[in-house]
Formats: sequence, C-alpha cells, structure tokens
Amino acid sequence: MAELRFEAVSKSFGDLTAVRELTLTLADGEFLVLLGPTGAGKTTTLRLAAGLERPDSGRVFIGGRDVTDWPPAARDVAFIFQTFSLYPHLDVRDNLAFPLRAPARRLGEAEIRRRVEAVAELLGIADKLANWATQLSGGEMQRVAIGRALVREPRLFLMDEPLSSLDAKLRETLRIELKRIQRDLGATILYVTHDQIEATTMADRIGVLEGGELLQLAPPREVYDRPAEVRVARRLGSPAINLLPAALVPELVPASGVARIGIRPEDITLGTGAFRARVRQIEPLGADTVVLLEFRDTGLHALTTGRDGLQTGQQLAFDLARDRLLSFDERGHLLTSTGTG
Amino acid sequence: MTAIRLEGVSKRFAGFTAVDALDLTVPDGSFFVLLGPSGCGKTTTLRMIAGLEMPSEGRILLDGEDVTELRAGRRDIAFVFQLFALYPHMNVRRNIAYPLRSRGVARAETARRVEEVARMLRIEHLLDARIGRLSGGDRQRVALARAVVRRPRAFLMDEPLGTLDAAFRELMCEELRGLHDCIGATTVYVTHDQIEAMRMADLIAVMNRGRVEQLGTPEELYHRPRSTFVARFIGSPAMNLLACRIEQDAGDPVAVLAGVRLPGIPAPAGTAEATLGIRPEHVRIDETSALRGEVLAVEYLGARQVVTVEGPFGLLKLRAPNRLALAFGDRPGLAFDPGRVVWFDADGRSLATARRREAAGG
Repeated sequence: MAELRFEAVSKSFGDLTAVRELTLTLADGEFLVLLGPTGAGKTTTLRLAAGLERPDSGRVFIGGRDVTDWPPAARDVAFIFQTFSLYPHLDVRDNLAFPLRAPARRLGEAEIRRRVEAVAELLGIADKLANWATQLSGGEMQRVAIGRALVREPRLFLMDEPLSSLDAKLRETLRIELKRIQRDLGATILYVTHDQIEATTMADRIGVLEGGELLQLAPPREVYDRPAEVRVARRLGSPAINLLPAALVPELVPASGVARIGIRPEDITLGTGAFRARVRQIEPLGADTVVLLEFRDTGLHALTTGRDGLQTGQQLAFDLARDRLLSFDERGHLLTSTGTG
Repeated sequence: MTAIRLEGVSKRFAGFTAVDALDLTVPDGSFFVLLGPSGCGKTTTLRMIAGLEMPSEGRILLDGEDVTELRAGRRDIAFVFQLFALYPHMNVRRNIAYPLRSRGVARAETARRVEEVARMLRIEHLLDARIGRLSGGDRQRVALARAVVRRPRAFLMDEPLGTLDAAFRELMCEELRGLHDCIGATTVYVTHDQIEAMRMADLIAVMNRGRVEQLGTPEELYHRPRSTFVARFIGSPAMNLLACRIEQDAGDPVAVLAGVRLPGIPAPAGTAEATLGIRPEHVRIDETSALRGEVLAVEYLGARQVVTVEGPFGLLKLRAPNRLALAFGDRPGLAFDPGRVVWFDADGRSLATARRREAAGG
C-alpha cells in the first residue's frame, strides 16, 4: 500500500471549478472519506488520483513519486464504482481471476487460485465461487466487485459511492465488512460519499468538501464536535445542528463577534432548566425521539431517548449543555476561543 | 373528512397474488403508513384505494360508501407521486393555483386558498418568486402546497420523498407531518423506509407478501413486534435476534444463550428453544457478565454510537451514548435490560413469557 498526496491541485471544466487548490495527504493504510453534496468535487478528486483527469495545476504523488503525468494503468490503483459491472458470462471465480489474467501480469494459475480463494474467504463468498455472476444478490455482486479490486493487490483503492445502490440493511453490513477488510489488509482507501453515516462510521479522517474546496480534514469526532465552520456543522448530524442567531439568545453569547450559536439536538435536555418552549412536533425514531420545539418563534430540534408524557402543544422547560455550544462568527467560522473551551 | 376501509381485498396478476385478502381500516384524519419491502403489495394496495387498479376480490369503502366500482377521477382523492415536479416557467402563486384553475374554481376563491395554504407552509413571502430562484426546501414546500390546495377527501402518497437525499428527506418528513397536523386530512402513505414511517405515522401497517404482518403505532411496532419480520424491518440497526435454549430451573423456564444462563431474563415456558429479541439500545456493558464477545466495529454516529460485538452467540449490536469508550478488539461483558426482552418461536411469531402471562392473568 502507498501514500497519496495532492499538492495544490486544481481542476476546472469550462467555467466550473471542480477542485480548488486541494492539498491533502492520505497516509499509507488510512481510510479517508471525502464527504460532500453533489457537485462538491468528490468524484473529480478521485478521477485525478486515478489519472482519469489531468490537473490544470498542482501535482499528484503516490508512494512519494510524482505520478501527475502517468497514465492510469501505470499508477497501480483500483477504482470501485457505484454500479458494479461483473462479467455475466463468467462465474464468480473467473470474475475474480479476470484482472490477474491480464497478459502483463504473468501470474501462474496456482498463484491466481491462491489469491482468488483468499479474497473470497475474506469477503465471505467462498461458497459462491462456482455461481454465475447473474445468480448473485446485490450485496454479493458488490462483494465480488470489491474482491476483483482486492485480488490485484493495488497500491491504493479509490471508491466512488460503492454502497449507494444497495438497500439500507445491506449497506449497514457492508460498511462493517469494508472497514474490517481495510484494517486486516492495511489498505489505503480514498472513499467518496454524500452519506454522512458512511463517513462517520468508516473513516479514520473525513474531508468535508463543498464547491471544490476542502472545508475541514479531521477525525469524525473532531469534525462533529469542533466543526471548522457552519457549512461543516450542517453536513454532519441527524437531526441537523440548531443554528440560532446570537441576538435571539443573548444569554448564551460568550463574547462579542458571535453571530450564531450552534446547538446539537442531543445537547438539549427536556423537562428542567431555565428555558421555556412549546412542543410543536414529536417524531419517534425508535431508540430516540426527535422533538421539534417552538422557542422564541424559532424551531429548535431536541433529541431524547424517551418521550415519556410529552404532548404536542405543551409548554415545557429545557436546558442546554453549555460546555457543548458552538459559536460562529459573521462569516460562519468557528470561534475557537469561546464555546466548548 | 374520510375513513377508508378495505374488506377482504385481493389482487392477482396472472397467477401472482400481490395483495391477499386484506382487511384494513384507515381511521378518519389519520396519517397511515403502508410499510414494507419491494413486492410486499403496498403500492398495489394504494393504487386500489386510488381506483387505479380494480381488486380481484373484496370491497373498498370511503366513509362507508362502496367505491369499489368508482373510477379514480370520481373518488375525490389526491394521488401524490413525487413532490418536486413544478412548472418552472410559472411563479410560485401560479404553480400552487394550477390545480384550482384547471378545475374552474373562481378567481377570488383561488387567491384566498392559495394564500391560506402558503401561510400554512410559511412560503407566503415567496408567492411572486420564480421557481428557479427557490432553494430546494422551498421548492418542496411549493409542491406540497400545490398538492393540498384543492382539499381532496384524502391524500395518497407513493414514496413521495424517495428521490431526495437524507437531510432533505428529514426536513420534508417534518413538513408533511406538520401540514397534516394543520389540515387533518386522511393520508395513506407508502414507503419502504422505516424511518419515514416512524417519524410521520399515527398508524403503520407493516406488509409482507400481500398481507399485513402487524398494524400498530410506531411505538407498538418498535417495542412489541409480533414477528421477527417486523423486529428486523423496524429499527436501525435492527433488533438483535439470538437463538437460545430454554431450560427448567425448579419449574421455571430459564434462557441459555451460547452456554450462558440468563437467570434475570423472563423466559417463555413450554418450549425447549426460542429466539431472544433485544434492541441495541437495551444491551448494556456489564463487566460482571459471563456473556462476552469481541468488538468488531465501533460506528460513530455523532450523537450516538453503534458497537458490533462478535461472540459465541453470533453478532450483536449495541447502541450507546458517544461517550462510552469501546475500541476494536475489546472484550466487554454484556447484559440485557430484562423488561425489554421479547421472544419468538421457531416460526418467528412472538411468544409470551411465563412472568408476563402471570401479570396479565393476575
């Protein structure tokens, strides 16, 4: 496996700047997730790493070597896409072996067999090797697609929303498997998604992208607890963070220059406290309940574990975990001298 | 407003039974969700209520009136497919007014109703804006306004939020439920997304192979699933289902999970084997417990975390506040909240426990 490094990489398509001055190092063995909405520049970043796009400026390094001018095939990276394309006329074994039979590889059949079986074991599809690709479920197909990348033993994996075409339960299973495989192999993975759950559950570090710009790069907990700016704070968390104008809650404003106060829904405690609100809506999610409060003519979401006695329309007291509040300035940047301290 | 009743309704397509002898009552003014995986019959059921499909058998009643033979257009029900299709060349006011104008409603009445519904959805300041200028959320609100402005007897919605991303879906669930609280029109809503169902529904009918597997409030389905199908379908991550042996201890049944006795847990009588169901948030770390496994994954979800533990019992998930420090490779002891355990038989049907039966009897 190898390190991947972008140095001030930019890429435009006509008037549209897809990636702007991106500097980023993906450490050897790291699982890095780029999170952002459609059009953030996630896929372009992957394609730049793969050599499917050439940067307008800046350099790309893999394993310490400048590969900016290298063609895709020479980079020895594996690209896994959202839609998995298997060869329908081949069984699972031959699908997995296919990349190894390329003439340039010159691998013996015994070695191919060894690698295919090891990967099938790792992915839990050892009993499916003789099945036709068309006989597999969606989850098995995506496992084979991942397996086909693994057998090559590339230096780097690039994954473009590989789980997004699967149903929720399957995504849950494959998230855990993918993380386990990455850990077992020490694989270096650059993974892009718009799904915050995939990012927070798998990533060693998350890079939050928007409009071609890297807004923050940090471990999931840090991105969640100390978002560098409002755009990042909104990107993670469900329900989303409450952002109140400072003028609405002067008693919570720690210093001048604060424009907005961010409150995570789980940091609101219902039932006691100095604040009063009206319950506008109650949404049970199973383990948790989202309560939409009407507070000083603004909506405020609280996340609680029970809904004991809560009624729509009732007035109630609530409190805030004051050490968890976030202060943002006029430009939306986190004020670090205040807030959680 | 309108109550909807289905009596013995079946629908067969060339030998395939999509809906199988369904009896269902949608109470007047309720938000009623048909929930299930693809192919469970939920959309076919909705289309029969709308009059877009004819039942092979059975009757459909709106407010007691048999409408089984009535064409879709005469049932006065609004069918909402997807919420985002607006007319881009019209402003917000004209978009919302469109269903009324096309029905020939008088101009003054149209204006009044458009403003009323815009106020309800907090978009009255946008009435003269062009659609192209609106944010995504405002567009959805306009689409909603257009769906409700003609005040049909009931709303039928088929995965209207299916194409939206997660954050948006969350927002629109809240808007839809808020709107329902305002106008109180009977709504039948089809989805395969259990979170959407939980967030919005008064009642959920979980469907499986053309039948209703369980009908209840979100809380009932979540805490007292009557089958393993419902236990798995509702909740994310799903309920843990663990195969146990049931032994006798001085005449009382005791559950044994992977060789570990669980004396504090009420167990079902009259069976040697049963499946224990426990939600991830009702699994606790207990270092005195003999039930142990190895942490396979710690999934950080912001407010909460989900920990996957692998042991002789298989895989088990627990959900905990994000402050709990567990790492890959740890071997925690595990315990279950006794009041939260549910039991299922070999067919996946729920079982009463000896203690619960006594409580019910006494």
